[in-house]
Parts: sequence; structure tokens; C-alpha cells
Amino acid sequence: MSEIIQVSDIRDEQARLENVISDLIAEARSQGASAAEAGVNLSAGYSVTARLGEVETIEHDRDGGLGVSVYFGHSKGSASTSDLSPEAIRDTVTAACNIARFTSKDKCAGLADADLMATEMPDLDLYHPWRLDIDEAIGQAIECEAAARDFDSRVINSEGASISTHRGVTLYGNSHGFLGGYAGTRHSVSCSVIAQQGDSMERDYWYSANRVPEKLESMTDIGRKAAERSVNRLQPRKLSTRQAPVIFQADIATSLLRSFIGAIRGAAIYRESSFLLDAMGKPVFPDWAHIHENPRLPREAGSAAFDNEGVATRAQDFIRDGVLQRWVLDSYAARKLGLQTTGNAGGVRNLRIDASTGHELAGLLEMMDSGLLITELMGQGVNPVTGDYSRGAAGYWVEHGEIQYPVCEITVAGNLRDMFMNLGAVGCDIDRRGGTQTGSWLVDGMMIAGE
Amino acid sequence: MDTQVLDIARSTLLEPVGLAREHLNRLIDGVLGSQVDFADAYFESARSESWSLEDGIVREGNYNIDQGCGIRAISGEKTGFAYTDDIHLENLLEAAHSARAIASLGQDRQIRVGDGTPNTPLYAPSNPLVSLDAGQKIDLLKRADAAARGADPRVTQVNVNLVAAYDVVLVVNSEGQLSADVRPLVRMSVSVIVEQNGRREQGYAGGGARTTLDYFIDESRAEQYAREAVRQALVNLEAVDAPAGAMPVVLGPGWPGVLLHEAVGHGLEGDFNRKGTSVFAGRLGEQVASKLCTVVDDGTLPGRRGSLSVDDEGTPSEHTVLIENGILKGYMQDKMNAGLMGQASTGNGRRESYAHLPMPRMTNTYMLAGECKPEEIIASLEKGLYAVNFGGGQVDITSGKFVFSLNEAYLIENGKVGAPVKGATLIGNGPEVMTRVSMVGDDLALDSGIGVCGKEGQSVPVGVGQPTLKVDEITVGGTAA
Repeated sequence: MSEIIQVSDIRDEQARLENVISDLIAEARSQGASAAEAGVNLSAGYSVTARLGEVETIEHDRDGGLGVSVYFGHSKGSASTSDLSPEAIRDTVTAACNIARFTSKDKCAGLADADLMATEMPDLDLYHPWRLDIDEAIGQAIECEAAARDFDSRVINSEGASISTHRGVTLYGNSHGFLGGYAGTRHSVSCSVIAQQGDSMERDYWYSANRVPEKLESMTDIGRKAAERSVNRLQPRKLSTRQAPVIFQADIATSLLRSFIGAIRGAAIYRESSFLLDAMGKPVFPDWAHIHENPRLPREAGSAAFDNEGVATRAQDFIRDGVLQRWVLDSYAARKLGLQTTGNAGGVRNLRIDASTGHELAGLLEMMDSGLLITELMGQGVNPVTGDYSRGAAGYWVEHGEIQYPVCEITVAGNLRDMFMNLGAVGCDIDRRGGTQTGSWLVDGMMIAGE
Repeated sequence: MDTQVLDIARSTLLEPVGLAREHLNRLIDGVLGSQVDFADAYFESARSESWSLEDGIVREGNYNIDQGCGIRAISGEKTGFAYTDDIHLENLLEAAHSARAIASLGQDRQIRVGDGTPNTPLYAPSNPLVSLDAGQKIDLLKRADAAARGADPRVTQVNVNLVAAYDVVLVVNSEGQLSADVRPLVRMSVSVIVEQNGRREQGYAGGGARTTLDYFIDESRAEQYAREAVRQALVNLEAVDAPAGAMPVVLGPGWPGVLLHEAVGHGLEGDFNRKGTSVFAGRLGEQVASKLCTVVDDGTLPGRRGSLSVDDEGTPSEHTVLIENGILKGYMQDKMNAGLMGQASTGNGRRESYAHLPMPRMTNTYMLAGECKPEEIIASLEKGLYAVNFGGGQVDITSGKFVFSLNEAYLIENGKVGAPVKGATLIGNGPEVMTRVSMVGDDLALDSGIGVCGKEGQSVPVGVGQPTLKVDEITVGGTAA
């Protein structure tokens, strides 16, 4: 029915894009900039969705983007474009230079220091294309959805199963002479189905994602998990308002870890917009907690040898023995705070919290005895300035370490500072799908609002 | 009738790359060559500029250029899609070839693309990026900064953002229609931190419209946003813990209409109802809200952030009644879902950009005014919450559960507004909560123009609105027992 859209090995594009960056920096210098930096991303791939046993959509993607920042002394201007033609590049540089004439002189603005640039580029083994043509992808998506629909007679409808596969290159260069780039792949399979029993209709999903196609969960497992999750939610009850311990299941506990990182980001600190403003060197988590990043792990989702400013990435601790070790800094935030960049322009990479126990989820439920297992959170509801936390939730009520019944239409509330300190355990049931990975969190003393 | 929009779209999108009508014919015929039911090509040129001020200095400015063409082919319930960010005939034909691979049905026919039907625009086709010069834009940022800092000595941090966007679109389809739109959009926001006795709180305010940047100079809007952000932050300094549990809640006018967007809006989008995945599926003609509730989606309000002269499929936007006196009257539709359901598009086919597929989306969604005075609604509450400002929300359209977060709310005791409470999430079930609307005010207001709606990874600007209204019971997610 269809062939793969011709994406010749995208790594061939890397050499061409290196020239684009060099040209761009030269153009910026010729327009009078004292320094310049540029990043380019190019990705190509496709996604297919099958629904009710038939193909529903086929989408071909080819995205390119280029961003440039120029500095005239301490004034900065930026511009970006999806058009990588020489003419567009020149216009983009001109637009950035025009802006730099009007931004303020800011002594903290500028490239990261030259001596911090990454010098060695280890091969992190991030490029693993999926040799799967579109017809095969459709067949596999149909198989995945069928596994979900056949799982239980209460699965009555479907939002479909999707397969997406993308290859990309990322490059960054600046007028220090730094120029680096790497190619990577990203593949995912997801399935979402609807279960019904009586008046109760519930939807849930499951997905698998990896850089390496062979490491994806099987189509059948993904489909069955999506179905099981939907069916298990049927005929939920509400809870009365109460205080209770809760477990954040591993896949949603990642959001708590990201809230922590958000609170120690340099910009949140110099803008005095964080509930952890005064926490440096102090206990933020229980004394067993260890939170760290390891940006150079081979094959991992968040891996990179240099950050978005060309600074060498490195393994580092954010929490050791429960105590806050460092902020998450790029060079701008670092200068604002009188510190050195931590190589985190663009964020943290492969963030982890170590498990505190050898228990999987079942063991954590026993540790909790009675309480709430949260499997879904809804809404924003996190105030980064005060740490106040209040989000919609769904999950299961647990007694004597056993799941009793599904619950919905409740909220969980507290303050992140207390929630971090009251972290009772982190399980070893680690969700390994993304750049942020953790096991489930047992947190004592949350307020649950319901009926 | 106004042909200026069509002229701008042709001269921006087609002429620079030498595309003429015969090329469009060839493109649409090329897609239809393999027999699809429907095909369209969406050309877009987007320019945007943003400026930000923090710590008293204009730190960042960014200029963005994005353009391309997305080509879609539909056969029954199947859609093929490809796009290119390099608008040249060869690339377009290649994208068309990829998109049409979906097709296996349909009839052969020959298509002639028309000259284009001019529509009466709801906004002037002016480019907001050039509506002020750079110096004036910076002055605007600094005025907001000064207004915030001047409003109260407890203000310690001020961030100001200014965004102007200019989007030119042209869409041709296999029905021979050619439509165009030129869409200005501006937005300004101010966020502040205040500090008192070691306690820090934030406040945020802003607005926007489909117009030029003068909008923020008019009526001193920049300064108004700044003062409003400070006012909210100072209220938060006094806030006590929010209550936890089910209770009556009075929602203020305007932005709290995000309630409707989540509780009923998404659930009434055509795609979810065609597929039967929405809690509202198959319920046309049924009572889904109290008789006091009439809810519309209206893309025809001049200059509003959510408004569109034509949607992203070239259909003029409409005033669509979703719920009338509590009865479910209609869904929001794009062409594909309307066609499959035997209905007509309501002009709600929207997409984030040429690189995304269109789907049914809201424009400006609001509830019509009722007859109660806001004061009498508040006075009717013995004990509960008065919620006047919200952050964002989210909905599970299958179970109907939705949340939205309080940013500014007060306790009500014995019919009187009392102490402010901290932010908290409200959670309810859409149809249940709408049935519990027991009083509707006469003070309908729309939001100030800052809404962004996300669906399946695509963001589009939207508006919301409502009068003051009372919900007899909804769960409030505070921490105070």
C-alpha cells in the first residue's frame, strides 16, 4: 500500500548542517556580532494509528529548526526559523542582530566560558533506526490494539494504537570554535482503549518508548496493559475527605522529581521564585535519598555529551544523603548567582532517584498498609513559589496492603517541601521509559479531598 | 466583500515561489489521482516576535519564521498526511504522493480550484510585528515593570512578556474551494513576586487579542496588567489554607469560564462523539445541564483571541449553540467528523500549524447571562467558596472527570466574602457539575485573552467566558479538614 518516505540515513545530513552552523556564525560575525551561537535540529519519521482493526492515520514528519543568538558585547538577540535555505539563514541572523540593538546591556549575557566546552565526544550509541516499513507498522499497530480489545469483553471501544519512529540529528556551535552534533532515534508504541460496565466508562492507556526498537515492550503486552488499566478503573468510588498516606505509582512519581528539579533551576532561584530558595546545603529529602543525573549513559533517552551551550556534561548529584548539593545552572543563571554553570543548559539529563528498598509496588503497598495508590494525576496545581500542591487524582484504595477498589474524583494536597521530607520509600519498580526515572513513591500524610 | 486577505495570502505564500492556479490544480489532482474522498493543502507563513523583561532589564528578544504546507488526503475514516517546510512544487507533489497512500476508495474526478471566496474578516489584516517600532515595544515592557514596582514596595521581582504573531494561511481543497485568512495575534503578560516577612507569593495577569500591539497602549492595558498581577500576589500573601471536601462554590465572571471549556467543551468536540469516546456521545436532545445553562462556542466575535474569520479548513466560523436551557443541542465539527456524522462543519476545524492535522477545537466558549445579581448569588451561600480566578484545567472526556485550579478564591460565610484561600484544585464530573448550576448571574464577561488550549499535543489560542454562577456542590482540594 505504501512505501517508507525516503529518509536517507539522516546522519548524512550532519555534515551539511555543520556547514550551516559555520556559515551562520561567520554571517553573524560579518554583521558585527562579537559572539554568536547556533543550534540546529532535524528529525524525520512517521507515525501510524490503527483504530478498530483498521489504519486510521498515517503521518509523515520532517521537522527542521534552527535557532541563533548573537551578542554585541553584552546585548543579546535571538531568532529562529524552520527554513534552512542560505537566504533564510541570512535573514535570521539579521533579525537576531536587529533585536540585539534594542535589548539591554546585561553583564551576565554571553556564551558559556570557552574553557568549559566539551572536548571529547564519546559515542553514546543513541542511533538505532527501526527497519519497519509503513505497512508493517500498521500491521503491528493493529496487533497491539487487537490484544487490548481481546483482553476483556468490557473493552468496548478504542482510541487506537499508534506506532511512531523518528530519527534526528542535533547540532550546536558557537564562536569559541565549538561545533558538536549527534544523531539519535526515538521509537514509541502506545495504545488507548475504553472499558464500560453499567454506566461507568473509563479510558486508560499504556505506552513503551525507547531509542532501540528491540527494547520496546511487545505489541501484545502494551495492548493488554492498556486494557487491564482501563478495566481495573471501572465502577470507581469516591472517598470521603481524609488524611492518609499515598503511593505515587512510578510512572507519575516522575512528575514529583521534575517539580523538585524545577525548584532548583537557576532561573527560579535568581528570580526568587522557588520554595527551595533557602535550601542549599540543607536537608530537603530524608537522609537516605540520592538524586542525581548521569548524562553520558549509552542508549538512554536523555543522553548527551554536551549541553545546549556546548558545555561538557557530567554525572552529578543534586541530593546526597538527603541534602541539596547544587542548583541546576546554565551559564546565564550561574553568572546571575555568582556561580559556575553545571552544564545544564537545556535541562537535566537522565535524572534518577535511587530506590530505598528492594520492594516492588506490592511491597510498598504492604509498607503503606492502608492508604491511596495514585495511578493518575490531573491538572497543574503545583505552585513553584510556595510549594503548595493540589492535584486531581485517580487510583485505588488500599487496605492491609491489598488493593480494595478503584477511586476517582478526588484531590491530593500538601506542600512539596513536606512531601519531600515525608518520603517514606522509593520502590525498585522503576519506570524506564523516559529521561527521568524513578520507582513508586510512598509519601505520608497527604490530604485527600472527596465527598 | 474584502479581497485584501486573499491578495495578501497569494502574495505571501504563492507568488514568491512561483505557484499559480494551474499548479494548485495539479497538486489537488495529483492527490486525487489515487482516488480519495477529500484532500486539502494548507499553506502557512507564520512570523512571530517575543520580548521579555526581567530584573529591570530587557533580557531577551526572539524573532521566529516558520512556513510550510501540509497536505491531507481522506478516505472514509482514514487520513494520510505529509508536510514540507520548503514550499516548492516538487516538494508539494512529493508530500501529496505520501499523503494519498492512505486511499483505496473514492471516485475519479477532475478538480478546478476556484478564485477564492472572500469572507468578511473579523480582524484587520495588519502585521502586529511592525505596528510598533522596537523602541516602543521596549517602552511598553518598561512601563509595565515600572507600574508593577510602583504599585507596592513588597514587589521584589517583575517579569514582563510581549508576543506578536502574524499568520497568513491559504487553504485549497478537492471541492475546488480556495480560502485565505490573515491572522494577527498579540499577547502581553506580567508576573510578579511579592515578599513580606519571609513569605513569598506570585501574581500573574495579562491579555491579548487579534489586533496590533497598540492594544496594550490603549486604555493603559500594560499598566493595568501589572497592577492586577500585584493585587493578586498581595491577596495571596494573606491567604489561609484552602478547605478540603465537597461544598458549594460561586464562580466569578470571565476567565473562570475555563469550567465550561473543561466540563462540557472538550466533551462536545465532534471527533470524540463520532468515535463514541465522550461521556456526551449519543446524548443530543438530552438534559445534560441545569435549565439555567445555555452554552455557546462563538468564533465570530470581532478581534477576540479565539476568533477566526475562517477556520483552518476554510469554513467561516460560527456561533454554535452547544447547550440550550440545559439541553444538548450540538457538537463542534470539522469537515471530516461532520461528514462522517452526516452533519455540517461548524467552522471548528483547527490546527496548530501546517505540520499538524486539523481536528475539532473550540474557539470562544461561554455561557450566556442569567438573571441573578452577583451579590445575591454570593449572599445565598451560608458556607462555601467564592472563586474569582483560575489557572488551567484538564478533562478526561471519557469519564467526564475534570479539574481546574484556583488562583484567587475566598471563603464565604453567612453570605459574606471572607478570608482569601491558597490555590487548590477543584474536581468534578462534567455532566454532574453542570446539573448542579443553581444560579446564573447577569454579568457575562469574557476573559482578557490569554487562553491556550492543548489537545493531542497541539496548542491553539482560545477564549472563555461566563457570568457569575453557583455550583451547589463540587470537590475542593485544599489541605484544611
